Amino acid sequence: MPPLVSHLWLIPALPLMAAALGALTPRSGRAFAAGTALLALAGSLVLSIAALSVALRSPGQHLYANFSWFELGAGTVRLGWLLDPLTAFLAVMVCFVGLLIFIFSLGYMREDANFARFFCFLSLFAAAMLGVLVANSLLLLFICWELVGLASYLLIGFWFHKPEAAAAAKKAFITTRIGDLGFLLGMLWLYDASGTLLFFDGGRGCLEAGALQGLAGATVGGLAVSTVIGLLIFCGAVGKSGQFPLHVWLPDAMEGPTPVSALIHAATMVAAGVFLIARVYPLVGADQALAAVPLHALTVVAFIGAITALLGAVIAVAQHDLKRVLAFSTISQLGYMMLALGVGSWTAAIFHLLTHAFFKALLFLGAGSVIASAHHEQDIRRLGGLGSRMRVTFATFAIGMMALSGVPFVFSGFWSKEAILHAASEWDVSRLPLLAGLGAVVLTAFYMTRLLCEVFLGRPRSEPAAHAHENPLVMTVPLCLLAAGAIGLGFLGTPAGPWLQSALSGSPVEPHSILDKGGLLGLSILLVALGLGSGWALYGRRPRSEAEAPDPLERAYPRLFGFLAARLKIDEFYAATFGRLARGLGALAVGLDQSVWGGGVGLVAGLGELAGRVNRRSDEGGLNAGFNAASERLRGVGAAYGRRQTGEAHGYLRTLAVAFLVLALIAILGGGR
Amino acid sequence: MNGPPILSAIIFAPFAGALLLALVPRARPAAVRAVALAASLSTLALALACAGSFDRGAAGYQLVERHAWISSLNVHYYLGLDGLSLVLILLTGIVAPAGLAVSWSQARDPRLFSLLFLAAQGSALGVFLALDFFHWFLFWELSLVPTFFLIKLWGGAGASRAAYQFVIYTLAGSAFLLLGFAAIFAATGSLDFAALGRLGASGELSARLASLGGFWPEAVFLGVLAGFAVKVPLYPFHTWLPAAYAEAPTGVSMFLTGVMSKMGVYGFLRILWPLFPAALHAAAGPLLWLALGGVVFGAFAATRQDDLKRMVAYSSLNHVSYCLMALFAVVSPAGPSAPAATAALSGAILQMFNHGLSASALFLCIGVLESRAGGRRGLGDFGGVRSAAPIFAGLCGIAMFSSLGLPGLNGFVGEFLIFRGVFGLAPWAAAVGCLGLLGTALFLLTFWQRVFHGPRAGAAAGEFRDLAGPNFVVLGALVALMFLFGLLPGLLTGIYNPLVTAWVGGLPTP
Repeated sequence: MPPLVSHLWLIPALPLMAAALGALTPRSGRAFAAGTALLALAGSLVLSIAALSVALRSPGQHLYANFSWFELGAGTVRLGWLLDPLTAFLAVMVCFVGLLIFIFSLGYMREDANFARFFCFLSLFAAAMLGVLVANSLLLLFICWELVGLASYLLIGFWFHKPEAAAAAKKAFITTRIGDLGFLLGMLWLYDASGTLLFFDGGRGCLEAGALQGLAGATVGGLAVSTVIGLLIFCGAVGKSGQFPLHVWLPDAMEGPTPVSALIHAATMVAAGVFLIARVYPLVGADQALAAVPLHALTVVAFIGAITALLGAVIAVAQHDLKRVLAFSTISQLGYMMLALGVGSWTAAIFHLLTHAFFKALLFLGAGSVIASAHHEQDIRRLGGLGSRMRVTFATFAIGMMALSGVPFVFSGFWSKEAILHAASEWDVSRLPLLAGLGAVVLTAFYMTRLLCEVFLGRPRSEPAAHAHENPLVMTVPLCLLAAGAIGLGFLGTPAGPWLQSALSGSPVEPHSILDKGGLLGLSILLVALGLGSGWALYGRRPRSEAEAPDPLERAYPRLFGFLAARLKIDEFYAATFGRLARGLGALAVGLDQSVWGGGVGLVAGLGELAGRVNRRSDEGGLNAGFNAASERLRGVGAAYGRRQTGEAHGYLRTLAVAFLVLALIAILGGGR
Repeated sequence: MNGPPILSAIIFAPFAGALLLALVPRARPAAVRAVALAASLSTLALALACAGSFDRGAAGYQLVERHAWISSLNVHYYLGLDGLSLVLILLTGIVAPAGLAVSWSQARDPRLFSLLFLAAQGSALGVFLALDFFHWFLFWELSLVPTFFLIKLWGGAGASRAAYQFVIYTLAGSAFLLLGFAAIFAATGSLDFAALGRLGASGELSARLASLGGFWPEAVFLGVLAGFAVKVPLYPFHTWLPAAYAEAPTGVSMFLTGVMSKMGVYGFLRILWPLFPAALHAAAGPLLWLALGGVVFGAFAATRQDDLKRMVAYSSLNHVSYCLMALFAVVSPAGPSAPAATAALSGAILQMFNHGLSASALFLCIGVLESRAGGRRGLGDFGGVRSAAPIFAGLCGIAMFSSLGLPGLNGFVGEFLIFRGVFGLAPWAAAVGCLGLLGTALFLLTFWQRVFHGPRAGAAAGEFRDLAGPNFVVLGALVALMFLFGLLPGLLTGIYNPLVTAWVGGLPTP
């Protein structure tokens, strides 16, 4: 085994050390905090590239190094590090994109008082994300997964004095935690059924043939156990990757600083769910060989992905906030990736994950560049005319927009989306995911054209937009590098030269001509053209002249547009159902305490007090009637005191007796079973 | 039996400190506090010494002290240390001095306060080390006296009522416990836990109790159960808890939740389970539901609390209920799977320790807020504390995430092991228990959002000092321990692995 494998932990450890140093740095240590963060991530990038070269030299192999975490009973809990092309490609991407975003942040955050803290949190995020990638144990992956969630929480709420940011951070944590509880249960089930959470362990790992056979062979409620475990783990991916129905946190997460939106909520963290499913793909797909089961796990993945791809694109059409348009487009694109996983092509999903990371980071940083120079104006109705004022931002944003829209041949998004649609067309379970994917293609091209026209064309429609100017090099150079990636990366995986797919899967993928399935290709190009054309017709030909004018679509279909702008009212629906349910459960818990348990205690205490009073009456009236008046006062005081205290004591004793009887009944009834 | 009586020293050092304070009525407050803290810290020093020489490969009692005491009753002075008691002694050695240290500025009669506090600490240590019911019960009851006065005399506005409720409720539970043991003594002539445990394992104990009369085995089991159920508390015997925890002064709340709630769980593990394995198995189903009631209702009741101390009190109910959930899940199947049972029991012990750290840290944080706000501690009394006091906010945030079970901090490992075990034994219970995890996140993050985030408001609007002095030292130390045991849980599991293995080995096999 190459020595690098047992030192893989250094890849997440370097940023983790930077985060620890940053946490101890006072506010004034700005240069130190940023410097260590950049240096550490650069170190991780070098190590990741070395790891990638090692992984490419041993195709089809999973190199791992396991170690014991702690002794438990007579056994041990073991964790490990894993290197394969999947890990290595994503690690390089996270480090490279992360580094560019770190550099961009030097400029974007330069006036923030908590600059040092920002880089501490960014490093913590990078460490956790890289930990997710190099983990050879679902437990270690889960640990890092939760830490990623923590970093996201801290960074969404970075401007915590803003109530919206604080609320968004909480919403993100809680929503993803709901998914993570499913993930936790799936992990517990896997641990119990296979006895290990190590992915690869010399034939004994939970992703290796022995364990998978057992998991696919056993059934529960008609389904294969592997199906249920796979779907529970998928819950975690649904939460983290903003899939329907847990997508609601992602648009709100845009309250965080824009570099955070670019790094975490577009390029890397939200893709962790896609990575998770790709990582446990043998498990999730273990039921594919079974014909007799009513449901395959991947079918659910495909449909959730398809719904999300379409839903995100539809909602994005009617958003007015620059970052929210991009957020919904992220949701939609993550849906494409899930769709690809579901229809059986995990390499296409990862290909799209990589290209998307570049062009979406580019788009968000472009948005950040706009926001920074327009004094934090994010409403696209109040921007406009920035194309001539911010040429580099405009040019690079346009490249990102065309990559996302899937403009043919030159841009990376075209190739990776094509791979997904190709895979969907070969899926024989249902046509619907393909149709949803094609529908989202036209919508994506449309809303991105709208966004580009509204922000960069026409006249400035507000003071800040009129005075916007290009940002310094520290912000524009990362844009240019990402733009290069947004173009170049696509050529790693064209149908005629599927190098990336071959490298990922470890076995050569047969190249095929792009004219193979030419009809599908032609159709999707046509749909892109349709989206671009209709977008141009509505928003580009006669750009908006004033901020208050309604959107052309809004004018034509006011109610539909309002419904879309309100994100299909899904948040309101959740608040009215699950929110109310949670509050009701809380009210029930408190009510039980006050009325039933506490009330029972009070009732019995009252009865005890009554008994004490009766007792006192009989004592005073009968037995003690002959006592002389001299002791009357003393006795009165004593009786008053006794009334209070003994009453209570009796009360509690009696409650206990009642509870004791109830418990006795329960135990006897329970024991009878 | 040979060597210095180190366990007696552990128990009686705090009492000696208390006695010293009692004998010197006119000592200066600073001297009083120094003596008290030194006597309290003696536990930690001696416990670490024990941990150093502790044989980590052995399951049985070590450093045993056994002397004939009251021969007519067959009572022995019998102390012993195993992995479970060592973990709890260490916990007491951390939490008790911490509680005393944060009461440093306690101005009203520091001598009496410290004296009572040390007596409570010594009693708890006695409970964790005594192996004969006679003096075990003395310590068990003795612990109530100082805590009663600590709550009543130094507590908040409703302290008097809360203290009476706490003591009477617990005493009533103990009355059943005492009656139960009277019957056991009548049937067996022994009060020795180890000997009784052997009788319990073979089923002879219930046979002998049955010879007293048909209903005695069940009645004694339920009596002992009632005693521990109130102490932990097991849902729904918890109604004394929110008031007592909320009205007690900060240091005492830390001790109550950190140490005294563990006395009940300890009783379940050390006494109820070994003595009545068959009866506990028979009652496990309903008991598991009650534990789940504590897990879920504890967490969701906390979401509805406006008083921050009551919120943390309910969260304590939720957290200790995980320990009971683990135990009841282990005893519920006829033949539990060994890896799952090992995980559940290890997790329960770990959770006892971890909850002690994180809950006492949270009570300390609320105490800090309360002292800065002139006694107010409502959810709406603050805002933007993180802007005003960043160091305090950072440490409090770590304590909060520890309580929430964030990986990397101590709380996660115990909860993970409990859930891993419970899932293998009673999957539906693990699924329902997840609701408790969700509820915990809900109320803790709401607390954080309302108190620490947003613009500065309420008590934090004006001058708001950051953390300093004893509070800083204590909270910093607790947070450091959260990282230590979160990253290296083996430091603790290594102490009790043989014990848990032996427990699991003694379970019925399928």
